[in-house]
Amino acid sequence: MATISQSIFSPATAARFDKLATIYPVKRSALVPMLLYAQDEVGYVSDAVVREIAERLDLLELDVRNVLSYYSMLRTQPAGKYNVQVCTNISCMLRGGFELLDHCKDRLGIDHKETTPDGLFSLEEVECIGACCWAPAVQVNYDFHDDLTPVKLDAVLDSYRAREAK
Amino acid sequence: MPTLASHPDEVKVLSRRFGLGAANIDKYLEMDGYKAAQKAIAEGPDWIINTMKASGLRGRGGAGFPTGMKWSFVPKVSEKPKYILVNGDESEPGTCKDHLIFREDPHSIIEGTMIAGLSVGAKMGFIYLRGEYRYLLNIMEKAVADAYSRGFLGKNIFGNQGVDFDIITQTGAGAYEVGEESALMESLEGKRGVPRIRPPFPAVVGLYGGPTVINNAETIANAPHILLMGGEAYAKLGTERNGGTRLFGISGHVERPGVYELPMGYSLRKAIYDVAGGIRGGKKLKAVVPGGASCPVLRADEIDVGLDFDQMAKAGTMLGSGGIVVLDETVSMVEFALRTIRFYQHESCGWCIPCREGTDWIKKTLTRFHAGGGTKKDIDSVQYIAENMLGRTFCPLGDAAAMPTLGFVKKFRSEFEEYLNGVRVASPLIKITPVGANVHAGAH
Ligand SMILES: Cc1cc2nc3c(=O)[nH]c(=O)nc-3n(C[C@H](O)[C@H](O)[C@H](O)COP(=O)(O)O)c2cc1C
Ligand code: SF4
Ligand code: FES
Repeated sequence: MATISQSIFSPATAARFDKLATIYPVKRSALVPMLLYAQDEVGYVSDAVVREIAERLDLLELDVRNVLSYYSMLRTQPAGKYNVQVCTNISCMLRGGFELLDHCKDRLGIDHKETTPDGLFSLEEVECIGACCWAPAVQVNYDFHDDLTPVKLDAVLDSYRAREAK
Repeated sequence: MPTLASHPDEVKVLSRRFGLGAANIDKYLEMDGYKAAQKAIAEGPDWIINTMKASGLRGRGGAGFPTGMKWSFVPKVSEKPKYILVNGDESEPGTCKDHLIFREDPHSIIEGTMIAGLSVGAKMGFIYLRGEYRYLLNIMEKAVADAYSRGFLGKNIFGNQGVDFDIITQTGAGAYEVGEESALMESLEGKRGVPRIRPPFPAVVGLYGGPTVINNAETIANAPHILLMGGEAYAKLGTERNGGTRLFGISGHVERPGVYELPMGYSLRKAIYDVAGGIRGGKKLKAVVPGGASCPVLRADEIDVGLDFDQMAKAGTMLGSGGIVVLDETVSMVEFALRTIRFYQHESCGWCIPCREGTDWIKKTLTRFHAGGGTKKDIDSVQYIAENMLGRTFCPLGDAAAMPTLGFVKKFRSEFEEYLNGVRVASPLIKITPVGANVHAGAH
């Protein structure tokens, strides 16, 4: 594949994508991981991300958008720097998942899929995240926090705030 | 960080390296690591498959298909390359066992993938993890890189001329349906996770059109242990036609939730009351969802049953993914049924009408019912819709939504009826939206 002359990604990510496009029997297999890694870097799947990934994988932009819209972790709008994902599925619900969700709404002053005005936090109610035996569980970006109470969750949110203050 | 639970009744085969730092390749090697793969190379495919058949191992992903038999279905000769696909999508609510294997013993999954590959003549394996498991993907990627650097993966593995095996780790990006084996292949091919029509079955036409073995991560991680201890010895740990042990995740209203490795056939009652310490706060048991959200609920008086595929089927439910969710007397079944169907409605891929419309219809009905605007007829229509979804969909997600719904409305019908008269159990877990208000479908 021709290397992309003007990549929107950092050199490390661009190099990773160069490699990803070569390891599979069919290079389209790199699509879902690429979209996710691109989102990690850019914050969301922007039009420019779609364009470059389509070019890298010899796909139509339409093909990319079609796949993009299927997966719930992929988004086409920016989220907060820390995306707080509260599980309310059965195991978490039984141990206070909805209480945590309401607590986050109050504390952050935002609803499901909204972002705080300072852009620091966004909130999402999510389905089971595979931490049922350590419920109730919350993921902030990719970090798991489990066995939570509203008080413990406050400490978690504060720790992300403190990271910013530094 | 998820903690490791432990109980004296556990029989630790798969979990024997948990907590011992086995993600480090040297530690793994000290604990019999990669011995089974080398033995598999020495003994050959027939021996592997016979040993797996003798072990009585049945798939840990949910359906319980015998693993040795699955491997034997792959044609010996194929024009197209063959593949192994490890299903680590783990999205069935109540299930978090593969999570621990990836974290505590990633090399056992690599070794199991190699063994599956050796048994069917595949030279490439994929380990697919759900997108939320990024930290586990990092652990797996490190383990794979370490195995390459030692010459355990790549060309001429363990110094055997002409024996090659490659592994690619893969991430999803959020979608329960992608755990379904044919949707999983679509996702891995860079497409939407919409299932494929079968036949042809993956063993004949799978990934990239080549014969493919798809197994759950726990199933695969068992293979090295089975080859080392022998098929019969493994089989003996369990019950008839249900060999070995299994990781059971016990969650919900118990004193000690956790993932425990118990012999197949272990009593469900003992799992709840002894292993997991009984019901939290001394409350009474109300119901159990025995194997992940898609398994029909058991009432408190139905838990004297052994945890194996056949006994659970006899009890009218399923062993599923081994995720046991325990509900105490304070839970409203109306609410629990609503939360369950909301999940399936959200995850339906929308391809077939009974699933797409059925889940939506049941969700809307139960949302209104829950908010206080229900009628007696609603209970019948929920049951009617669910019954008409059964067996009428392209993939089993339709059944997975209908079966638990039927369990709730049939076994707890009187509670649904009382709910209409304003009788409710304790305080609601889901905020009740007044009827007439713009009924907010929850998350999605
Ligand atoms: C909707 C749906 C979701 C599924 N999700 C998973 C999953 O997350 N992990 C898994 O191993 N199997 C899952 N399965 C089962 C797989 O289709 C397949 O049967 C399994 O991976 C086979 O492996 P096994 O024989 O080792 O159990 C799911 C099935 C359905 C219908
Ligand atoms: S049953 Fe549901 S998830 Fe499965 S193919 Fe049909 S619509 Fe899609
Ligand atoms: S139900 Fe919340 S992590 Fe599984």
